[in-house]
Amino acid sequence: MIEFRQVTKRYDSDHTALRQVNFQLNRGELAFLTGHSGAGKSTLLKLVMVMERPSAGEVVVGGQLLNRLPKRQIPYIRRHIGVVFQNHQLLFDRTVFDNVAMPLEVMGASPDDIGRRVRAALDKVGLLNKEKMNPMQLSGGEQQRVGIARAVVNKPPVLLADEPTGNLDPALSADIMHLFTQFSQVGVTVLIATHDIALINSMGRRTLTLEQGRLVAGGNPIVPGGGHGH
Amino acid sequence: MATDRRPTGESRRAPQKGANQARSPMKAQARSYLDHHRKVARDAALRLWKTPVASVMTWAVMGVALALPMALLLLLGSLQGVSAGWESSARITAYLAMDHSREQAAELASMVGEDGRVLSVELIDRDQALAEFRASSGLADALDFLEVNPLPHTLLITPEDSARTASGVQGLVSYIEGLDGVERVQVDLGWLQRLNAMTDILARAVWALAILLGAAVILVIGNTVRLAIENRRDEILVAKLVGGTDAFVRRPFLYTGAWFGLGGGLVACLLIQMALWWLSGPIERLAGLYRSEFALQGPGVDGAFALIIIAMVLGWLGAWLAVRRHLDDIEPGEVAGG
Repeated sequence: MIEFRQVTKRYDSDHTALRQVNFQLNRGELAFLTGHSGAGKSTLLKLVMVMERPSAGEVVVGGQLLNRLPKRQIPYIRRHIGVVFQNHQLLFDRTVFDNVAMPLEVMGASPDDIGRRVRAALDKVGLLNKEKMNPMQLSGGEQQRVGIARAVVNKPPVLLADEPTGNLDPALSADIMHLFTQFSQVGVTVLIATHDIALINSMGRRTLTLEQGRLVAGGNPIVPGGGHGH
Repeated sequence: MATDRRPTGESRRAPQKGANQARSPMKAQARSYLDHHRKVARDAALRLWKTPVASVMTWAVMGVALALPMALLLLLGSLQGVSAGWESSARITAYLAMDHSREQAAELASMVGEDGRVLSVELIDRDQALAEFRASSGLADALDFLEVNPLPHTLLITPEDSARTASGVQGLVSYIEGLDGVERVQVDLGWLQRLNAMTDILARAVWALAILLGAAVILVIGNTVRLAIENRRDEILVAKLVGGTDAFVRRPFLYTGAWFGLGGGLVACLLIQMALWWLSGPIERLAGLYRSEFALQGPGVDGAFALIIIAMVLGWLGAWLAVRRHLDDIEPGEVAGG
């Protein structure tokens, strides 16, 4: 579902964010992406979302080579990628329902369709009774779940999460991880960028480790628990 | 949850427009597209409504900028109506050669009268002319000293409506000048041409002003929409993140521009109507003193409608420029943290 082939991202002459990164995530796979700040986690996620283009190498998402994708095609790619942010990026000028409905609205879904699918997504994250509230009235964990509902409402085949549990206590983190596991079980490819080593260890999943732009572990899916790539 | 998993893996994997269309019939797609437009238009209008002071101020600026050239155009139209009225009084005087007899003159008169461009011909024979001159000039005694009548037969020609333009009259004059026995043709076209030239200059000046003020309207709306874009930065970011196309992101702002235009157009119509009402009394009195039928013409329903449409197009254009200029600056690149 997601494939990086010898991907290098150079921002300018003296800053290389990613160096020759190779990996492949299959359909329904759940993996972690970890590394120190500045190791290139965000850059990697941005390349998947076509917020950035690689300087060299190839990025393939859902069988589509993103390198030379025309700019006007980018929105259509993003409709197939759900994203959960640490700061959730919710809009406080509208209800929970309207926040979750946004990915469906940009696709031009009908109001009936939107209503049904938004409620299904909110039900999934356990917030069905809060659809009319403003996200401001919700707790941090609830806000994060609204963000997750928005990311999955249009059933994207790929789900990216950037520090999704960054501000949450361990119990809430476990809840959210449980949700992600469920999505992967129905075939969604989930990639979670996080610092939280304890969380990663508790899950026992494949872990891609970046160090100064190099993928130093997890590049090979056969080795469980993250053997060194080279 | 599982029941509405309609999109298959195949359709998701092909990230094309077609993938979305394949999910529902074209008709439903078109309806939801129209629904979406209606919703966006309503939201944009409601947003303006929620900031009444700012909206009214923008409408007022637009209204003044649009009312000024519109009022001048109306004035110009009224002036051109006046000059057209005067043109209709243009008559051509043809003096015949001295050696033409009364019969020859009458023959010539009926010939000219048959021309399609001529409404009527009046023949003033030389004796009649002398009598009139004697009566009106007060030179009766002096005229008595003359042995012969120095005045020729004269044709007074009134052109047909269709020939009452400056060029039409000119054409008729050259035709009459070419007739056998016509000595001299006189027509008071000079002042008409001068008036026409002046209204031409005025028309150009007014159009130049209209274009400048139209550009000003576009810039005002552009700047207002730029602020609106800044205010809704987060929303634009999220829309782009979840796959909103540029058209989707642009749409609310274009509607905002069009609504600003609608309000501005209405204010302009109101201002023009007020100015008309304010001026019509004195102008009527002045025109009465000159025995002219001059009257200020209002824009009428058509004119008001056209003005509002133009205002909306200008507002839309201003918004489009702002969106084009500023929307690309808002890219979700900075969203994903360090």
